[in-house]
Amino acid sequence: MTPEHLLYSKEHEWVKATESDPIVTIGITVYAAENLGDIVFIELPETGSNVDQFGKLGEVESVKAVSDIYSPVSGTVVETNSELIDSPEHINDSPYDNGWIAKIQISNSGELDNLMNSKEYDTMLTEE
Amino acid sequence: MNKFVSPYSPNTDSDRLEMLKSLGVSSEKDLFKDIPSKFVDPDLNLPNPRSELDLHSDLYRLSRLNKIPGESPSFLGAGSYQHFIPSAVKQIVTRGEYMTAYTPYQPEVAQGTLQTGYEFQTMICELTGMEIANSGMYEGASALAEAALMSVRINKRNEIIVLNSVSPLYIEVIKTFVEAPSIKLMTADSIKDLDSKVSGNTSCVLVQNPNFFGFSENLEEISTIVKKHNSLMIVSSDPISMALFKPPGAYDADIVVAEGQSLGIPPSFGGPYVGIFACKKKYIRQMPGRIVGRTIDNNNRKGFVLTLQTREQHIRREKATSNICTSVALIALTATAYLGALGKNGIRHMAELCYHKAHYAASCIESIPGFSMPMNGVFFNEFPITCPIPPKNINSILLENDIIGGYDISDLIDNGMLLSFTELNSKKQIDKLVQVLTNITF
Repeated sequence: MTPEHLLYSKEHEWVKATESDPIVTIGITVYAAENLGDIVFIELPETGSNVDQFGKLGEVESVKAVSDIYSPVSGTVVETNSELIDSPEHINDSPYDNGWIAKIQISNSGELDNLMNSKEYDTMLTEE
Repeated sequence: MNKFVSPYSPNTDSDRLEMLKSLGVSSEKDLFKDIPSKFVDPDLNLPNPRSELDLHSDLYRLSRLNKIPGESPSFLGAGSYQHFIPSAVKQIVTRGEYMTAYTPYQPEVAQGTLQTGYEFQTMICELTGMEIANSGMYEGASALAEAALMSVRINKRNEIIVLNSVSPLYIEVIKTFVEAPSIKLMTADSIKDLDSKVSGNTSCVLVQNPNFFGFSENLEEISTIVKKHNSLMIVSSDPISMALFKPPGAYDADIVVAEGQSLGIPPSFGGPYVGIFACKKKYIRQMPGRIVGRTIDNNNRKGFVLTLQTREQHIRREKATSNICTSVALIALTATAYLGALGKNGIRHMAELCYHKAHYAASCIESIPGFSMPMNGVFFNEFPITCPIPPKNINSILLENDIIGGYDISDLIDNGMLLSFTELNSKKQIDKLVQVLTNITF
């Protein structure tokens, strides 16, 4: 169920990276979305802002809690999913597609090695 | 050795040792080493125990040495005002169902309290001309400071500008609030000065209207300057004045705050009061404090709940939008009962009384030789005068004549005194004030 073509952080964010493209897409995993419950609001990062790997990127608010979203990579935010402002439920319905959060131009592709593949992420989840 | 053991503390000696060890200190005494030794367990110079009857008569005798506003005519304002409080207000507030300081987190047991919170918010929105309001802050000064912090959260700019005509006491509170988060605080002494200082780094401009001296600010012009740089306009107002003048919401204010004391709460030495806080709906998630929302239950019946609580400290801990908790709920209820008792027309009528009494007094005082009005413009129920001798001497003469005088502002205006008027000041009282001032020799 965890998509194999993505990379994952300990904080339950996913990264879609292709070798030739310096711009990656990120979002939060099914596990994170299910644990947060129905998401009612998202605070997206500003386009053009710089983020650090594992630093704060934005916030999601569910009926239960407000949680920080951490950036799985360092770089510059080049685009955010503005559809989420009116339809934050996309994060629950479709966390790996319509629920994407931001596109980031990565400043250090070596950082991708700090992330997990789907198998490692699944192992982490079974241990949690 | 007779060691005191608290029956309420569940910690054992080994628990304490473990805590001390993790703090890296060897004894509980080390935790207090920053306090000068003379202040630790000092000898208190207290008289011997006395009977309640004895003590009561003594304290009563002492209390009668006070001049009590209301019993003696008072012209003291400067942020806290004496108004008539209808008996119905006290009757409602002291009902057992309401008389709690506790925040009604559980909707299943607190529908009555929550409904009054919702009504408070609704009336505050109508009064301020804003889209949303919370159910109360601690008081006016910290509400204004919280508004500045909120503005910084919204636009992530780090500079705030306060007009000099804001209450100096409020400016002190703002200074305290912005010190730790390293927000740069600037002041402006005129609209022209403001225009030259507002920039793309300005998070917000803080205005008081009517200002500390009782005069109206040009909110229209200030709003234009502020919006030019996409900064936020924060207005601290007086709730009674908003029933008479166009409210800040009409000038595109982003956040409106006020001291709610005028709404049925006696001055009582400065507290407890209630802060009013209203803003544009788009900023609701950055608003501090509790918000009561109206909803329906599973049987489609109307009900009230605390809403957007995920921003608050019991859920978000150190990342919370604010740390506004209990206590003021009862004072907010008082304001709600007061506004309800006065009604839309009643509050307007009262505002007119305050306005006219102040203007009658101004016209009389202005013509007394030696006294003058140092400011021009539109004022509400308060204005400064310049006295021929220091205000503190004027006030002792007034006190000898059983009158509580104005607020000494000689640090802001030479020989300046701020006089305040409400519906409680009869024409007879004002005439007596004028007569005593006229007879002052200089």
